[in-house]
Amino acid sequence: MTVSYFNEMYDGGAVRDLYAALEGWTRSMPAELRQMKQAEAEDLFRRIGITFAVYGEGGDPDRLIPFDMLPRVFSQTEWRRLERGIKQRARALNAFLVDVYGRGEIIRAGRIPAHLVYGNEAYEKAVTGFMPPKGVYSHVVGIDLVRTGPEDFFVLEDNCRTPSGVSYMLENREIMMRMFPALFRENRIEPVEAYPELLRRTLASVAPARCDGEPTVVILTPGHFNSAYYEHSFLADLMGVELVEGPDLFVESGLVWMRTTEGPKRVDVIYRRIDDAFLDPLCFRPESMLGVPGLMDVYRAGGVAICSAPGAGVADDKAVYTYVPEMIRFYLGEEPILQNVPTWQCARPDDRGHVLDNLGDLVVKEVHGSGGYGMLVGPKSTKAQIAAFADQIRENPGNYIAQPTLALSTCPSFVAEGVAPRHVDLRPYCLVGEKIELVPGGLTRVALTEGSLVVNSSQGGGVKDTWVLAE
Amino acid sequence: MLSRTADNLFWIGRYMERAETSARLLEVGARIALLPSTGHGYRNEWDSLLQASGTAAGFAKKYGDPVQRNIESYLFFDRDNPSSVASCLERARENGRIVRTALTAQVWDALNTAFQQLRQLEREERSTVETGRLTEWTMRHAAQVRGAIDTTLLRNDGYDFLGLGYRLERADNTARLIDVKYYVLLPRADYVGTGLDSYQWTTLLRALSAHRAFHWAYGGEITPAKVAHFLIFNRQCPRSLLTSIAGAAAHLDHLATAYERVTPAQDAAESLRDEVAGLTVEQVFDEGMHEFLTRFIRQIDRIGAVVHETYLSGETR
Repeated sequence: MTVSYFNEMYDGGAVRDLYAALEGWTRSMPAELRQMKQAEAEDLFRRIGITFAVYGEGGDPDRLIPFDMLPRVFSQTEWRRLERGIKQRARALNAFLVDVYGRGEIIRAGRIPAHLVYGNEAYEKAVTGFMPPKGVYSHVVGIDLVRTGPEDFFVLEDNCRTPSGVSYMLENREIMMRMFPALFRENRIEPVEAYPELLRRTLASVAPARCDGEPTVVILTPGHFNSAYYEHSFLADLMGVELVEGPDLFVESGLVWMRTTEGPKRVDVIYRRIDDAFLDPLCFRPESMLGVPGLMDVYRAGGVAICSAPGAGVADDKAVYTYVPEMIRFYLGEEPILQNVPTWQCARPDDRGHVLDNLGDLVVKEVHGSGGYGMLVGPKSTKAQIAAFADQIRENPGNYIAQPTLALSTCPSFVAEGVAPRHVDLRPYCLVGEKIELVPGGLTRVALTEGSLVVNSSQGGGVKDTWVLAE
Repeated sequence: MLSRTADNLFWIGRYMERAETSARLLEVGARIALLPSTGHGYRNEWDSLLQASGTAAGFAKKYGDPVQRNIESYLFFDRDNPSSVASCLERARENGRIVRTALTAQVWDALNTAFQQLRQLEREERSTVETGRLTEWTMRHAAQVRGAIDTTLLRNDGYDFLGLGYRLERADNTARLIDVKYYVLLPRADYVGTGLDSYQWTTLLRALSAHRAFHWAYGGEITPAKVAHFLIFNRQCPRSLLTSIAGAAAHLDHLATAYERVTPAQDAAESLRDEVAGLTVEQVFDEGMHEFLTRFIRQIDRIGAVVHETYLSGETR
């Protein structure tokens, strides 16, 4: 079976208008210059220190994530539609979170099964009945999108906790501007550099009631051994806030303080880049050294804001994902602008039967999995692999969902032989505070291996700059 | 600033300075080993160097007898030696990576470049790498880091913690280097004043990049009293004990002003500075150079401990 993929640059043999300038640019670039620029880009990345450590793989902790110099382009019209769809989704997800930690209307209305929410391991009983400042649970919503046709965008998954990768969005642009200034003079490309300032404002806007004066915002990192540490320090730097680890903070007199050379300083908003389970050993995992004892008490008493709010993870689970269109209708009274990928829940007997019969054509994922681990790509797997996976599904059906293998669009990429189409996805970062904001762009991930549909950096994916052209 | 950040900055300074000292020590050893009299009745100089840098036990455990090639490996490349150039550069860079937000791109670039080049150097065939090249390589990168700090870093409290680390480490290291010459290398009084004695003093000055400066400042023959004065008391000598401790006191002074609070750290540094400034070469010789240096190093240690307690531990109230 041959699948035809939507090529974002070419329509048959003809170059789409959107890519006309870039096509000329790649055509006129001699191979030696391209190699030289590629080496220069790598050198820049290494010197700035953007490296990516892959969990559990060992090897070089200073490995670079591959950078593809050929940008991806969206028109203003395309982007406006995406923007509306993303903001709509971010609003609905937050409304859902407020609801399920409050009255649970959507469950009472029978629009989503109770066990999927209350029985979910990401549901945080510790915050039931608590309303975070401004009613926001997820302050940075990363929505993974794929495209299958000119007008066809699908949401692959939502990330409501702490989506990473935004530093690549910013650095990819920075490096492209440095290496190819002419491209930016000749094309009208919407800037993305406002992101850190918007993030800071978003975080400051959800300061708790007990904060008087200018809120002190900090980023809480698990530490410099974490694979995303570079991003944490990069954002702290650009926002002009402190980057703290658990032991830098302590709780006293009902407030959170950081240890400074001048004595304790009060902290109002914590943008945490650690999981719920590690936030507070008194409330969650007692053996965790990463968190701050007593933090949750202060949080529930309104002494500090935690972003994303503990418990936000219940909205981005792959089983709850199926119900996001329903949330949009229920809370906003609107029709979803962005479509979900049709999803079968292996927990449901009917769905399970369908999945097991069609494993060869489907993509199967773990409900709580991420990073491209623990998944089966049917069309790319052997019979033995499929049979083994079928056993796993029968053993623990609730742990799996399945989706059709999508014909992911391709963008031209620089590869060893020259320029060739490679599959891509897109992660924009939507900021939710007093306002909902989105910078025009996002992180485009590209599966650099020919034919591969897996774009995760842990599985050999790369990144590229993403342009939204101005009107 | 965060206490932990201040701590990381302080240690970047200490590690960078220590890397340089290990390289200087290597230089002293290599030059002394060029003397024809080596091995004829003196204690092995290399062994003495290891004693002075406090790494003799670790070396003996790993390599046994001090052979020049092994000592070079140990002082430069060996990660088991916490004071080796490689260990220090790696840790300085790791501390830098943790506090990227407190450094300029240029300072980070200098730290990171040194580390990346070190990895390349480690891949080269050892027999093609001359000791002199290793020393120069270290000096060059240390200078690049200092230069980036000097020209790009904001003069805020972070700058003072970084500078404080450099100065305290330098005070300690210069004291140890003098001790190598004075106590360890030439233990018997009847060698004083011989050609060997003068050669060793010259080597020490060279190792501190202070050979020409010394001649310019004092002229004439190299005598122990002059060198001691130069390396202990001369405020023009950038590595003298007095310059180092006065520099540390000045950084602490800035901190006290910026934070509007005087702490025991200021008192400790100022009292040591004033004590050294009030001494003469004769008094040092009377006390015994080794005894004086040992006492000095202990006091520097104490200042380090007070600084930790006051600013870096996070227990500040």
